[in-house]
Amino acid sequence: MTVYADNAATTRCGKAALNAMLPFFHKEFGNPSSLHSYGQKASAALQTARESVARSLGASPQEIYFTGSGSESDNQAIRSAALTGAKKNKRHLITSAIEHHAVLHTLNQLKREGFEVTILPVDKDGLVTPEQVADAIRMDSALVTIMTANNEVGTIEPVAEIAKVCKEKGVIFHTDAVQAAGHIPLDIKTLGADMLSLSGHKLHGPKGVGVLWCRKGVPLLSLINGGGQERMRRAGTENIPGIVGLAVALEEAVAELNEVGARLTVLRDKLIAGLSQIERSRLNGHPTKRLPGNVNFCFEGIEGESLLLLLDQKGVCASSGSACTSGSLDPSHVLLALGLPHEIAHGSLRLSFSRETTEAEIDHILSVAPPVVNYLRSISPVWESIQATRRS
Amino acid sequence: MAMGYSDAVMDHFINPRNVGKMENADGVGKVGNARCGDIMKIYLRVEDSIITDVKFNTFGCASAIATSSMATELIKGKPIDDALALTNQAVVDALDGLPSVKIHCSVLAEEAIKAAVKDYYDRHGIEYDPALFAGLGKEHEEE
Ligand SMILES: Cc1ncc(COP(=O)(O)O)c(C=O)c1O
Ligand SMILES: [Zn+2]
Repeated sequence: MTVYADNAATTRCGKAALNAMLPFFHKEFGNPSSLHSYGQKASAALQTARESVARSLGASPQEIYFTGSGSESDNQAIRSAALTGAKKNKRHLITSAIEHHAVLHTLNQLKREGFEVTILPVDKDGLVTPEQVADAIRMDSALVTIMTANNEVGTIEPVAEIAKVCKEKGVIFHTDAVQAAGHIPLDIKTLGADMLSLSGHKLHGPKGVGVLWCRKGVPLLSLINGGGQERMRRAGTENIPGIVGLAVALEEAVAELNEVGARLTVLRDKLIAGLSQIERSRLNGHPTKRLPGNVNFCFEGIEGESLLLLLDQKGVCASSGSACTSGSLDPSHVLLALGLPHEIAHGSLRLSFSRETTEAEIDHILSVAPPVVNYLRSISPVWESIQATRRS
Repeated sequence: MAMGYSDAVMDHFINPRNVGKMENADGVGKVGNARCGDIMKIYLRVEDSIITDVKFNTFGCASAIATSSMATELIKGKPIDDALALTNQAVVDALDGLPSVKIHCSVLAEEAIKAAVKDYYDRHGIEYDPALFAGLGKEHEEE
């Protein structure tokens, strides 16, 4: 049995999405900007996809911009809000310590360009509070960007409350919903944000295509200049197969979201209960405010890569928040922000599920993971001394 | 092939040789620390300057476990002088190479063996040139 438990990294493109995409590679290959019949067919497909995405999000089609990835959407939202703010002498940007690198590295770059960045700490479960955001907002704040749900530990942030705070204070609020869209209920109207990023390949759509939703009236600057595509906000001939696939995948994900979410939550909690039986293990992220498909554990005295490769041998494809590379180990910034010590952050394991996951697969993980952890501890020169110490 | 590891690395990682503890070892060497990633402990049994048995315990990545395993194979049954001459490059070569970001893990195996031999000399009152062990443990001092 091979269990794919790395759906936070990417998901399998679904059949409906794939079938919807296929005609646009060969048969209907037109450029939507062309005036002839090929072009018009492509243009119609683009429009249909835009309307479909808008419907799935509860937004209007004019607010949907297709991009080349979730990372690009994040980059564009942040850079656009920053540069717009700078025109009014607002050069202060606010985020959290557990954002994806697409957000954090963009902000780092803006810092080098003269912006000031406040990085809000999170609590031990990975939560940011609306009060923290309110306290951080200043007269010169141009943007707050807080993710809807975290990709590593699965914590779901109180983004609707944060959006409210930002609205009251007149600051643009962007949320990276790459892990949330199609997985938890998301309605643009009740969310109250100004900008939102999502990505096709995290919701059983194709890779290399994203969406940036930008509320009407919120200025949006282009990152990529050239032709007039996406109403002058994103140059480049549109990735029609990708866009069509994303729209179908999102529609499908939203339609089955409640059912899949309920089923995965049960499986998730079964796995959490089972892995908690392992001595010196701990769940990372919030126990209940968490993505239905995310399980993240640390096992004391375990090194992540060995654990992953042995699990892979037993047919479990997962991921870890650390890798032993250049001599000094860099555990994930997310686990460190949760307050885990370096040594413990090393032994992290992320198992992430999707609509394809079955209970038999969860049972398989539960049958192979404990022996692998025990084996690695048995060959470790430090496990006995760890066992002898008080629990941290 | 995971992470670009050779078949030999995967073999020694999945089926490590000489793994375990040794009671009443003649020399024990431990290097590395949990913060930097890998910790290796090597036990030697020495008779008439020959390493008659060797065991290891390792905490760390697949490269750390595989290099521990290969290093113990390379010195088992050999004179102490051969063990002292073992370089991390020889271990890497015996494993058909390691990804460049993993070379530091093989350095730990060389150091663990040197530390075990030094311990053997110290315990048995055998004189040696301290230069042989210069630099040992400096980079990977225990916390
Ligand atoms: C929270 C989050 N934001 C952004 C991204 C980037 O998305 P993409 O891979 O489409 O660039 C990811 C995916 O790794 C993610 O998990
Ligand atoms: Zn290593």
